[in-house]
Amino acid sequence: MTIETTGKVYKSFFEEKGGKKGIFAWIFSTDHKRIGLLYFYSIITFFVTGATLGLLMKLELIAPGETIVKAQTYNSLFTVHGVIMIFLVVIPGIPAVFGNFLLPLQIGAEDVAFPRLNLFSWWIYVAGAVLVLLSLFTGTGAPDTGWTFYAPYSFKTSTNMLPAVLGAFILGFSSILTGLNFIVTIHRMRAPGMTWFRMPLFPWTLYGTGWIQLLATPVIGITLLMVVGERLFNIGFFDPALGGDPILYQHLFWIYSHPAVYIMILPAMGVISEIIPTFARKTIFGYKAIVLSTLAIAFVGYFVWGHHMFTSGMSGTALFTFSILTFLVAIPSAIKVFNWVSTLHKGSIYPSLPFFWAISFIFVFMIGGLSGLVLGSLATDVHVHDTHFVVAHFHYIVFGGTGFAFFAAIHYWFPKIYGRMYNMTIGKIGWIIVFLGFNTLYGPMFYLGIKGMPRRYFDYLKEYTDFNVISSVGAMILITGMVIVIVNLIYAGFKGEKAVANPWGGSTLEWTVPSPPPLENFEKIPEVTTGPYTYS
Amino acid sequence: MEHAVTHTHRDDTASKIGMWLFLFTEMFLFVGLFLVYSIYRFRNPEAFHQAAEELSTFIGTLNTVILLISSMTVAMSITSIQKGDKKLTLILLGITIFLALFFLVNKYFEWGAKIEHGLYPGSSYLKELGHGDILFFGLYFFMTGLHAFHIIVGMILLGFVYHRVATGRVHSTDFAFLENGGLYWHLVDLIWIFLFPLFYLIT
Repeated sequence: MTIETTGKVYKSFFEEKGGKKGIFAWIFSTDHKRIGLLYFYSIITFFVTGATLGLLMKLELIAPGETIVKAQTYNSLFTVHGVIMIFLVVIPGIPAVFGNFLLPLQIGAEDVAFPRLNLFSWWIYVAGAVLVLLSLFTGTGAPDTGWTFYAPYSFKTSTNMLPAVLGAFILGFSSILTGLNFIVTIHRMRAPGMTWFRMPLFPWTLYGTGWIQLLATPVIGITLLMVVGERLFNIGFFDPALGGDPILYQHLFWIYSHPAVYIMILPAMGVISEIIPTFARKTIFGYKAIVLSTLAIAFVGYFVWGHHMFTSGMSGTALFTFSILTFLVAIPSAIKVFNWVSTLHKGSIYPSLPFFWAISFIFVFMIGGLSGLVLGSLATDVHVHDTHFVVAHFHYIVFGGTGFAFFAAIHYWFPKIYGRMYNMTIGKIGWIIVFLGFNTLYGPMFYLGIKGMPRRYFDYLKEYTDFNVISSVGAMILITGMVIVIVNLIYAGFKGEKAVANPWGGSTLEWTVPSPPPLENFEKIPEVTTGPYTYS
Repeated sequence: MEHAVTHTHRDDTASKIGMWLFLFTEMFLFVGLFLVYSIYRFRNPEAFHQAAEELSTFIGTLNTVILLISSMTVAMSITSIQKGDKKLTLILLGITIFLALFFLVNKYFEWGAKIEHGLYPGSSYLKELGHGDILFFGLYFFMTGLHAFHIIVGMILLGFVYHRVATGRVHSTDFAFLENGGLYWHLVDLIWIFLFPLFYLIT
């Protein structure tokens, strides 16, 4: 029994096991909160795995020549790092963990629309993950194509591609079903009085994300199936020797994989849009502009895939169009940044750890976004494509963006989820080390890229040594910070002080229920009469 | 599943929206293939024309008719459950599943004949024919194969529906499950309606 500050006695969702014992109370639970946490633990595990592989790459690059691994091992390292981080960590990341846990709480529902389907998507996720990991330890060596599985190499290489490709295909289903579930939940289960424009911004971004997941993921699904067909039956769609076209593969791949970038970043933007008003004690500036820019990103993001292929071979008209659209999609992202900053303007800012994570997100996301314009311009892209510049840009967006938002989210909602508070001082030390380490790691890559150091090479010319050393040191600093942050959270989960229902003074519905929330979330489904961020 | 049981509220609209969204993704799965088909048809018009002659328009037409009828029977089963006629519903569902099986048997003979003539991806005979033919038959087997897989999934789904109707869990006031099964079946039919002209009729 947990006793809330109000003195009421209730059972939290941790205590309601639904008649099942031990681990079965988790892996067979249809409670959205438990499923969210299942995803959380799986994703953190894979994140640590992927980060370790990343660290190994940075150690290899600490000096020119062969340092700790051979060329082929390095190829596998960046492939598996990419596959794990993209398909197992970043794409499910925020929606599957925080979306699951908080969507019903934020819209005033007792669960998602299809609880059993929700559990099923976690199981599919696990199945896909097992296949991906199998590719590492079985067969003829770990995949070495890069996470993009480019044709024709992906069906010519002798390494163990099949499980990896099938794994990615299966993970797509998990993503689709989660998106579908959220869309229906948002359409059907909002609390009475919660009109579309009274809905908090995090659910809004989940809604946009859901649509991208639905409309884009099947395309990669079928593309990966075609690669399987190539490997097993020689169908020849992407094999020039049989009349196929490898460039077509790139098109199909990026038709999904560019929108996938918005699957990663939109929920992150949603998280930031929740945290900023809470800590500025002010309603969000331009609520509707943020909503519309979310939908605009989801829509325009569908038509910019060609900017991944500027040097692959396309007509001048196509190049021009894709470049223009790429610049266009930067506008709604910038709108959001302006809105966050305007929300802070004249707010009574209460600086605390989640807020620090959120503003550091804005900082690194801006660097990532602006460097994206360099890649979106036709002329400069020719110079920096396939160099470390791309690696830096990508990590500033995906790690600096989604990753930082993920940590902002966990620090923001940790007291709600576990009913305990972490150590603020250690958390802040961890945060600043991560922030410094991050910039030391990826910052120099911009310079290396402009100087012409290619990506995906295990070796480099002597001239690039200094900046590579800085970058590798940055990797070690970053990992140190990460360890501090994660250990601090694990400790808090067991031993942290008891948290109150609303430690930050948030105004969305999840803060009206006790921490941790009871199984059915709300004693009585709330009646909503105002917009989400009301501070008087 | 204790927790699911506590949710006594039922939302048929939600489950239908969910199904429609799922059908959307299924369509996009095939859209990728239609894209590949149109690009290679555009590049190899002659070879695609020649290769299409190899296909049996008779079996194709027969299978089209079979699927259209099965779509009708599944639609009729929904009307009959609404009227509370459980026996008729079961008969109509049974006919649908039987027609699906009939479709697959035809497909088996059709594919068998192609493979016998060496017209399958990776065969040495096909390689001699040239790029256009390789792509045509690659697409033919891939697309009709994926469609046949959907037929099998549809049959299994309708099998579950049949079971639920028979055990009385789907009845005249709670038939969203049957409707969703029917929707899925219509999609399978619809995709075939596009595959049929693309492979058999346009020559």
